[in-house]
Amino acid sequence: MNKYKEIEIGVLALQGDYECHKNQLELLKVRNRYVKLSKHLEKLDGLIIPGGESTTISKLINRFDLRDSLVSFGQTKAVWGTCAGMIMLASEIEENQAGVEPLELIDIVIARTAFGRQVFSFETELTLTLNGKNLKSQASFIRAPRIKRVGKNVNILATYNDEAVLVEKDNILASSFHTELENDTTLLEYFLNNLVDNLNK
Amino acid sequence: MIDYSNKEYKVKVGLAEMLKGGVIMDVINPEQAKIAEDAGATAVMALERVPSDIRSDGGVARMSDPDMIEGIKKIVTIPVMAKCRIGHISEARILESLEVDFIDESEVLTPADDVYHINKWNYKVPFVCGCRNLGEALRRIAEGAAMIRTKGEAGTGDVSHAVKHLREINSIMKSLTIMSDEELFGIAKNYQVSIDLVHTVAKTGKLPVPNFAAGGVATPADAALCMELGAEAVFVGSGIFKADNPSKRAKAIVAATTHWQDYTIVTDASRGLGEAMKGIQASDIPDEELLQTR
Repeated sequence: MNKYKEIEIGVLALQGDYECHKNQLELLKVRNRYVKLSKHLEKLDGLIIPGGESTTISKLINRFDLRDSLVSFGQTKAVWGTCAGMIMLASEIEENQAGVEPLELIDIVIARTAFGRQVFSFETELTLTLNGKNLKSQASFIRAPRIKRVGKNVNILATYNDEAVLVEKDNILASSFHTELENDTTLLEYFLNNLVDNLNK
Repeated sequence: MIDYSNKEYKVKVGLAEMLKGGVIMDVINPEQAKIAEDAGATAVMALERVPSDIRSDGGVARMSDPDMIEGIKKIVTIPVMAKCRIGHISEARILESLEVDFIDESEVLTPADDVYHINKWNYKVPFVCGCRNLGEALRRIAEGAAMIRTKGEAGTGDVSHAVKHLREINSIMKSLTIMSDEELFGIAKNYQVSIDLVHTVAKTGKLPVPNFAAGGVATPADAALCMELGAEAVFVGSGIFKADNPSKRAKAIVAATTHWQDYTIVTDASRGLGEAMKGIQASDIPDEELLQTR
């Protein structure tokens, strides 16, 4: 039985590792579609903003007129951002030299590439606290952003060296790391079961 | 045996994944790097001369000055790549110590070693290498490359050789998926690569690392064509800053790469760009002057 047969999830595919997210959705037999224009958001139950380059994604959001529709989608529907996707969901970006314009959907302050350039990228195992249970997940930090401040009422679901790296507020989930590069769907299942389903019940 | 699932290798391929669907632009100074970033480039390739100038100037083409690379690193927040000569271990070590995000072991520069490529497993920084066919691609992956790009014929503004290389690689990969084990052993033998790597391609019909296009891309339509033929992102060398209106053209190529299936957008992106780089027909270049055979 496919528990996800009623839902369809979009993956913002302006640039980045959208294909990795699509592959994970397909592992779970979730209907999915790429979102490149506002009209592709219609009737979706949730959206994933992938990793990639936030400067590029931000510019393309503006150039192809997606900003207002993404913001209004994120006010009611489930959205999960990974790495660059998390930067796009943030309320504020520190030292925003390249002028990335975030969607301001979750109250966190981000510093881009704050774990360091590519030679400092790493993979590790994290403990995610999901629904009161501690679950292990592989996590890749690739030129990863740091969460510098977490707003009140924003839940911290995982830390790395005592720093928040996975946060949630209502229908918005944001991770500074990638789980989509592997076949481990722990975090995706959490997103679908807790953020997407809850909203549609 | 090589372990493609080691953590360091996975984060190298991971960065290549993050660059998919984007455009990586050659730049020769911080001003160009800023134009590229503003246009929506996912990364810049810092080099002293674009390939068309390397071609016309002649002489030995080498790694760029570290000061120039650092100047570019300071001005943009997107990943910065740089080229080293094929087999030039020391240039690669210098680029690694400069903390560039990707090294292109590139046929555009004058090769330093006509037998060996760099053992790319020995580095923290990921490498991209060019190829003309599946054999070259798999040998570079066996040496540790985390991204493959077509060679095309750099600095010509003629996309035909990138097309040829994309077509060639994809059609062979497709045929691998239906080959018997005996035939796959034959392929491994011909290509001088491990049977494991050949099996990986045979199982998926794809390279185990991202596969980008490069060489001669000059217009939004060229970029869309590469994506149409299965490239997962596009490098643009001389095509932007050797054209009339680099900023406008750069934006247009980014738009066409993202929306390559939406021809109203590719069409709009193609309007009013001014002169493209003049270029040279790749078929007019004598064999001994081709960069792709390096």
